[in-house]
Amino acid sequence: MEFSDPFVLARAQFAANITFHILFPTITIALGWLLVYFKLRYRFSGEDHWMGAYRFFVKVFALCFALGVVSGITMSFQFGTNWPGFMETVGNIAGPLLAYEILTAFFMEAVFLGIMLFGSRRVSERAHTLATLLVAIGTTLSAFWILVLNSWMHTPAGFEMRDGVAYATDWLAIIFNPSMPYRLVHMLLASGLTAAFLVAGVSAYRWLRGDRTPSVRGALQTGSWLAAILIPLQILAGDLHGLNTLEHQPEKIAAMEGLWETERGAALRIFAIPDEEERTNHFEVAIPGLASLILTHELEGQVQGLNSFETHPPMTPLFFSFRIMIAVGLLMLLVSWLAVWQLRRKGEPENWMARILVAMTFSGWVATIAGWYTTEIGRQPWLVQGVLLTQDAVANHSGITMAGTLAAYVLVYVLLLIAFISTVFYMARRAGYQDSEAPVSMNLPEGKV
Amino acid sequence: MNLEYDWLPSVFAAMMGLSILLYVILDGYDLGVGMLMALAPKEEKDRMIASIGPFWDANETWLVFAVGLLLVAFPSAHGYVLTALYLPATIMLIALILRGVSFDFRAKAKSSHKALWDACFVIGSALAALTQGYMLGQYIMGFEDNVETFVFSILTATAVAAGYALIGACWLIMKTEGMLQARAVRLARPLVWLTAAGIAMISLATPYVSTRIFERWVSQPEVWYLVPVPVLTVLSILALYRLLKAMPLPGDRYYRRPFMLTALLFVLCFVGLAYSFYPYTVPGVMTIYDSAASRDSLLIMFFGAVFVLPMIAGYTVFAYRVFSGKARDLTYD
Repeated sequence: MEFSDPFVLARAQFAANITFHILFPTITIALGWLLVYFKLRYRFSGEDHWMGAYRFFVKVFALCFALGVVSGITMSFQFGTNWPGFMETVGNIAGPLLAYEILTAFFMEAVFLGIMLFGSRRVSERAHTLATLLVAIGTTLSAFWILVLNSWMHTPAGFEMRDGVAYATDWLAIIFNPSMPYRLVHMLLASGLTAAFLVAGVSAYRWLRGDRTPSVRGALQTGSWLAAILIPLQILAGDLHGLNTLEHQPEKIAAMEGLWETERGAALRIFAIPDEEERTNHFEVAIPGLASLILTHELEGQVQGLNSFETHPPMTPLFFSFRIMIAVGLLMLLVSWLAVWQLRRKGEPENWMARILVAMTFSGWVATIAGWYTTEIGRQPWLVQGVLLTQDAVANHSGITMAGTLAAYVLVYVLLLIAFISTVFYMARRAGYQDSEAPVSMNLPEGKV
Repeated sequence: MNLEYDWLPSVFAAMMGLSILLYVILDGYDLGVGMLMALAPKEEKDRMIASIGPFWDANETWLVFAVGLLLVAFPSAHGYVLTALYLPATIMLIALILRGVSFDFRAKAKSSHKALWDACFVIGSALAALTQGYMLGQYIMGFEDNVETFVFSILTATAVAAGYALIGACWLIMKTEGMLQARAVRLARPLVWLTAAGIAMISLATPYVSTRIFERWVSQPEVWYLVPVPVLTVLSILALYRLLKAMPLPGDRYYRRPFMLTALLFVLCFVGLAYSFYPYTVPGVMTIYDSAASRDSLLIMFFGAVFVLPMIAGYTVFAYRVFSGKARDLTYD
């Protein structure tokens, strides 16, 4: 694998774009529902501090939404510019799914976002809450369609191949393809956790800076509780998704588990350095029988190793990204339960707890990206499992063009990421100087956009 | 090609055309306002942004829809066109990224960074407009790799940017008042001539580069149906100029008319170009019929579109009504 190879560069570019893009929908999908929750709490309790929480986090939402939209546009172009073979081969299936995403989700969320952000003085309170709800529904619908397509690429169903082109035969089978329910639930929960830790982390940051208004307290409680409730559900959903993958893409599981040879009573490798050349692991730390127990629910169950597959993904990236996801997930469990326990006992977090929550603000991103890398690299060398090889879909651009555009994208994305994170914390600091319960205009001292 | 199959690609071509047209008018005005911000004094910038704030996101969605339709309904044309336009498309995407995020960052980041985000906003808007015009030029010239194509594309880039700036100025005339409105009127006047020159150049050059297009425009009896297009174009330019010369009028009379006239101008240009290129998706290379996706896939999207597009139209009109009237400062509450 040469780095100047246009194929490698095209993959790197797609990875850079989609990694940057997914950060923001991961927040907005669930944060939209949290905003609906804040608004409804306000409507039913009349307590102003819920509106305070809404007003602060709607700004974070607006920022994430803008970043998600613009990086998403890039994606819609890249399908054609970098991977023309994708649409040529499976366009009859991918096309309608993408079209439905645009038609049912993109327009709705974009139009009602305007009303949600800037229309509260121009429409009734009820209409404004409805607009907020429609934005949340829109982001979730968009996640639904794109996960249908992504799942179909892993577990294609409901189609037939004629002259090397896929034709749809059963749309219900395409939409409800075998891995779709698992992947959708896993991703929605990931979004919930990402938003929960973001809300808890930013609120803990404000808390530490002495901003202890009821709205900060309320958001901190909401974020911590949501995380504590969702994380066990996510562990369960992840386990079920893993079993589904074992059924449909066993080579991916073998790479995740670090298993070269087929084994009975396979050990769970906690750590190892996979060696792709020698096809063995170094420095292995393993618990005997546990991998078989988790995957087959039997201590002596047989788990296929990577060597028994003709085509399979590389082991190293899967092995590590999977472990990063699991580690962050376990950390989330520990932190959110401790935080909730402390909040229940004392009604407020200790300073050290608040600091840990601040450190965990973007932990959802790490776990989500590690998880996506596991599943997407795990599909290689296929773009559509068993149907289309990634290398057969790539466009014919020169290495120079690809390297130049990749560098430009990466530069923009790194700068925007820095700007995003620092702006979120800057907004959190500034919110403390204002009376957050009073009507606060969205930005500068002059109160103008 | 059987007749039964015929109508679907045409319907999708029409849908794609409509969304390109809507995109050019709608995102045209907000990109135009973005470019004009370069010339605006500091105190007017917030108001200019406020006039496009609730709309830009939905406006840009028409681009996603147009490219999406090209991708899903005419996959091979999408591959061909966007592979040929790889570099300008990439620059446009980065420009749209900069423009879109600056809009949010300028209001939320430190005040000392605001000027930087404003600069990104202006540069992003201008680059997006220029690259779109450049791509139009490349498309008209059939993506040929020579000096004439390059020069022509630079000229179309300028023309499209001028057109966007014009419709942006007219949007400001409609949505603002006082000093800012007066300034928009003054800016719009020379932009009318720049835009008119661009339209004239493209109209003359297009039949010149392609004999097929030349024949389409002179063949009988079609030419008689087409006469209204150039005639109306000239009339609307003249009307626009006269109106702008007289503006601002007492009582803010006719404040919507410059925007309507400019939009009409865009529609006329679009009809002219569409007539020239129909039924080709890639000029001289493939038609909508050669590049269409399978019938079943088009049908399932057609039903979705028939059902959903009226809803989109409905709530878009609703949103424009919510924010009708002169722009006020934007606040989140």
